[in-house]
Amino acid sequence: MTAESPQRSAGTPLFLAWLVALAATAGALFLGEVMGKTPCVLCWYQRIAMFPLVLVLGVGLFDGDARSARYALPLAWAGWSLALYHCLVFWGVISEALSPCRQGVSCADAELQVAGFVPIPLLSLVAFSAILVLLFWNRRSRA
Amino acid sequence: MNRRGLMVGAVGVVALAFIAGVVVYKDRTAQQAVQAVQAGGDALVRAHAPVFGNPQAKVTIVEFFDPSCETCRAFYPLVKGIVNASFGQVRLVVRYAPLHPGSDRAVKILEAARLQGQYWPALEKALADQPRWASHGNPQPELIWESIADTGLDMAKARADAESPAIAAALQQDIADMQALKVRATPGFFVNGRPLTDFGQAQLRALVNEELAKLGKP
Repeated sequence: MTAESPQRSAGTPLFLAWLVALAATAGALFLGEVMGKTPCVLCWYQRIAMFPLVLVLGVGLFDGDARSARYALPLAWAGWSLALYHCLVFWGVISEALSPCRQGVSCADAELQVAGFVPIPLLSLVAFSAILVLLFWNRRSRA
Repeated sequence: MNRRGLMVGAVGVVALAFIAGVVVYKDRTAQQAVQAVQAGGDALVRAHAPVFGNPQAKVTIVEFFDPSCETCRAFYPLVKGIVNASFGQVRLVVRYAPLHPGSDRAVKILEAARLQGQYWPALEKALADQPRWASHGNPQPELIWESIADTGLDMAKARADAESPAIAAALQQDIADMQALKVRATPGFFVNGRPLTDFGQAQLRALVNEELAKLGKP
């Protein structure tokens, strides 16, 4: 086994980004599998972006491969864009008729709230934003 | 600090938090279900509901039932077996929870058969043919008429009865009671007013056995 990566500081933002992805993944699974909230279509697309971040960043961290951040970035951008769009649908800025959720669970449903008032799409947007900021911080600290 | 150790620790902490969350959440929902029954009073058993088994039985299984629900179909032989093996000590009260599209129509057809005393044969035939008429994307409850045609029903009368306001009103009452009792999935079981909070066939059997055991004591 090799020693610690030479740039110790480079690991910290990546580690935090991985933690955010881990917590968001556990939270999404809790909402879906334990609380029985059926994910709407947009939720599923955000899950598709969030779940692999745990593995991509996790494997990179575990092996001290900072390039994993490069592979995480497109996933984070995709998830962030979807979360922003979902928030706009949820708050009614974009009309629901234009949203892709005509069947199943509505993406603008008030059901999509945690503790009664925090919209799930907003949580997702916050998590993806934090991951993006941390990935950029990681890039600057390595430059 | 060892990064890999930190990662393993973080995964452990998240996993523990998840498990603790599951325990807390299940406990809270179980309490809510018990409170809903206490607050609901007579919402569990209504006079209009079909009863299987001895009407005077001391142990009552209330099942919130959806004719289109696959799990309800899978539970049916088990519940019927419990009632039949109880020597008249257990009865089943059927309440409707039409959570799937087309289920309300299926309920009305079954209730029409009930008016002619053919409820249980019709229910069993409808459940047997459930894969044919209860596809989630394309429910066709009218196909139930074909399934129950050989039960000897007066079909013209049954088709008229299915439109009756009395059946529709009873169904509305069931839906209101389902919401009052916080039944969100089918089958929803209550045994002598105790909700089946940990879902499963063995758990239902155990809950019934607990209530049966209470009968032996003064």
